[in-house]
Amino acid sequence: MSFVEYSDFIQDGDVAIIYLGHDSMMPVKVQQGAQTQTRYGVIRHSTDLIGQRYGSKVTCSKGGWVHVLHPTPELWTVCLPHRTQILYTTDIATITMMLELKPGSIVCESGTGSGSLSHGILRTIAPTGHLHTVEFHQQRAEKVAEEFKEHRVGHLVTVRNQDVCKDGFGVTGVADAVFLDIPSPWEAVGHAKAALKTQGGRLCSFSPCIEQVQRTCEVLTDHGFEEISTMEVLLRVHDVRTVPLPLPDFGPDPSAQTQPETGEEPHPMCSPNPPSITMKTTTPPREMPGHTGYLTFATKPRT
Amino acid sequence: CVVMADDESQYTIKEGDYVVLKRGDIFKAVQIQPRKKVIFEKQWFFLDNAVGHLYSSTFEIVSGGTLQPQKLRGTESNAKEAGTDNRNIVDDGKSQKLTRDDIETLKEKGLKGQEIIQQLIKNSSTFRGKTEYAQDKYIKKKKKKYENTVTILKPSCRILAMMYHGREPGKICHLRYDTLAQMLTLANIHAGSKVLVFETCAGLVLGAVMERMGGYGSVIQMYPGGGPVRAGVESFGFPANFHDMLHEFPICHVNSLLAGTLDTTAKDPTAGSAAEEKKVKLEKKRKKLAAAADLLKGRDADGLVIASRFHPCPVLMGLLKFLSPSRPFVVYSQYKEPLIECYTKLKEHGGAVSLRLTDTWLRHYQVLPNRTHPLLLMSGGGGYLLSGTTVTMDGAKPAGSQRAEEPAAKRPKLTHTEG
Repeated sequence: MSFVEYSDFIQDGDVAIIYLGHDSMMPVKVQQGAQTQTRYGVIRHSTDLIGQRYGSKVTCSKGGWVHVLHPTPELWTVCLPHRTQILYTTDIATITMMLELKPGSIVCESGTGSGSLSHGILRTIAPTGHLHTVEFHQQRAEKVAEEFKEHRVGHLVTVRNQDVCKDGFGVTGVADAVFLDIPSPWEAVGHAKAALKTQGGRLCSFSPCIEQVQRTCEVLTDHGFEEISTMEVLLRVHDVRTVPLPLPDFGPDPSAQTQPETGEEPHPMCSPNPPSITMKTTTPPREMPGHTGYLTFATKPRT
Repeated sequence: CVVMADDESQYTIKEGDYVVLKRGDIFKAVQIQPRKKVIFEKQWFFLDNAVGHLYSSTFEIVSGGTLQPQKLRGTESNAKEAGTDNRNIVDDGKSQKLTRDDIETLKEKGLKGQEIIQQLIKNSSTFRGKTEYAQDKYIKKKKKKYENTVTILKPSCRILAMMYHGREPGKICHLRYDTLAQMLTLANIHAGSKVLVFETCAGLVLGAVMERMGGYGSVIQMYPGGGPVRAGVESFGFPANFHDMLHEFPICHVNSLLAGTLDTTAKDPTAGSAAEEKKVKLEKKRKKLAAAADLLKGRDADGLVIASRFHPCPVLMGLLKFLSPSRPFVVYSQYKEPLIECYTKLKEHGGAVSLRLTDTWLRHYQVLPNRTHPLLLMSGGGGYLLSGTTVTMDGAKPAGSQRAEEPAAKRPKLTHTEG
């Protein structure tokens, strides 16, 4: 198991994702002899997990069952331990394409936060790319570095514990892309420009507030960035439902006299079980995230 | 980590390169060919002069359709005078003193776009009375009309997806670029995996998957009909080794492959020597089929991406069999209803969890000092996606009694008024 390479069977030391039900998952560090408590009962790692195929059904002690899944950045995003606000898959997907990430890309990121985006970046730039990620909070930087190692992507990433606005990314002229998710991105634009290759590259800044976007765009223009473009992407989920639709009864229609008399008298009153049809359709969830942040993209021209 | 020295040559435009022309938000993919006339935005020109220049360079189109590197970026609005509002602006068509013919004469004299715009401003009686914002807007509008510059870009998934969506959405089943971005991420496309692609999007989706795999692993294009269609893959301008990971398999052989009756062994018809050339061709085709069949046989693919004008349900049910358990798949459709059917079918059939039917809402913004707002026009829809993860199938009843993901339909409660 690695976050950048699939394996077929669960091994000691892997991180596996226990799928409990829709939108309910938990990550598990697989360890010989260890146990994990779920709402369907206990999972014994030695017998229930190790040696089993990823994707198999595991019966828990209370008789309920769960599926054990191979980790992916997307599964990790929905079950990682939050130490900060995180970026979700919809924004991550957009960022990945608009930053033109691919195997071999050199990327700078700040802040690292809980590492949700970092895992997505690492998956895309492996096996030959590198991520330089900067986090000013010491414990967070240490914790995320530990997770990268556990997820076997440590060789693809350098975590730096410093303030990107003051000290930059710790590299110059190497990056194909820079990502900023910090409170005052305009203060880091100069460092971002320095980190990018002289041949140019792409930049993205994620900000929840439009005032931040405003200031960032001004500074990007001042620094000679081109193709500045701000957008917002939201995920709309469609829940599939079978819905019954009762049909109305307008009573017998005297104008429809051409119909031949049938033996049975039509019921004079409304039938006790009004006819209805059922159909498959989708409904939107009652509430949905209506705002995550504005994504501002720009191109650094060759300097 | 060892950072390799950048190969400068990859940043230089060369003969034979596939490039993307850009002006404003308009893109066009072309190949650099000697003395080849290119038509872009109602203008024709030759790309010969671009060879040797760096990617992302901007050129001016001069007489005879030749490209000339743009020296200086146009001086931005140098307005000294501006009005405060539009109370004195009257739309009477008399504010511009230059006539159509005057402008044509200026053009014939060989004036550049920037110079024509300066003339237009000089001869406009209302320009100075416009607000600063309206002046900007005026210049922008005239720039679009008179500036004859073109920027030459290196192709990428981002640029090509935006280009197809803007120019020929019908060719890519109206797949919007952000939806394609979701597909690549939801399917966990990455280097070193084995991915199945079924698409009728001119090769855009296939090319996007190949770009994300960077030449590592294998991509098998499952194609309908006589041969794989993938003109769009060319436009990516991939290095030669990328094509080594690309395989193709006709879906008309899926059933026989699954039944184990597909014969890909060498036949020796010992035909006459006249058909020698044809024989070589057939042998090559057979080898290709055998190689793709070998990749599929193990039914251990790592990802499945479907984006086509076909009914997605039979496509998905037919191709899902080739995936290992615990692997993601994603199906695109321009319409929602066929994906509802896929969802229902998968629920009955089992073998997949984490099913989700989604679409994305995308809005662009104008960001300017004191004038920030969403753009007035936005895309009405970018298509729908069904995504999920495969799991092992077992004899037990799928989607068991343990929990139903869809709440049971309630019986309609109606009150009846008697009489």
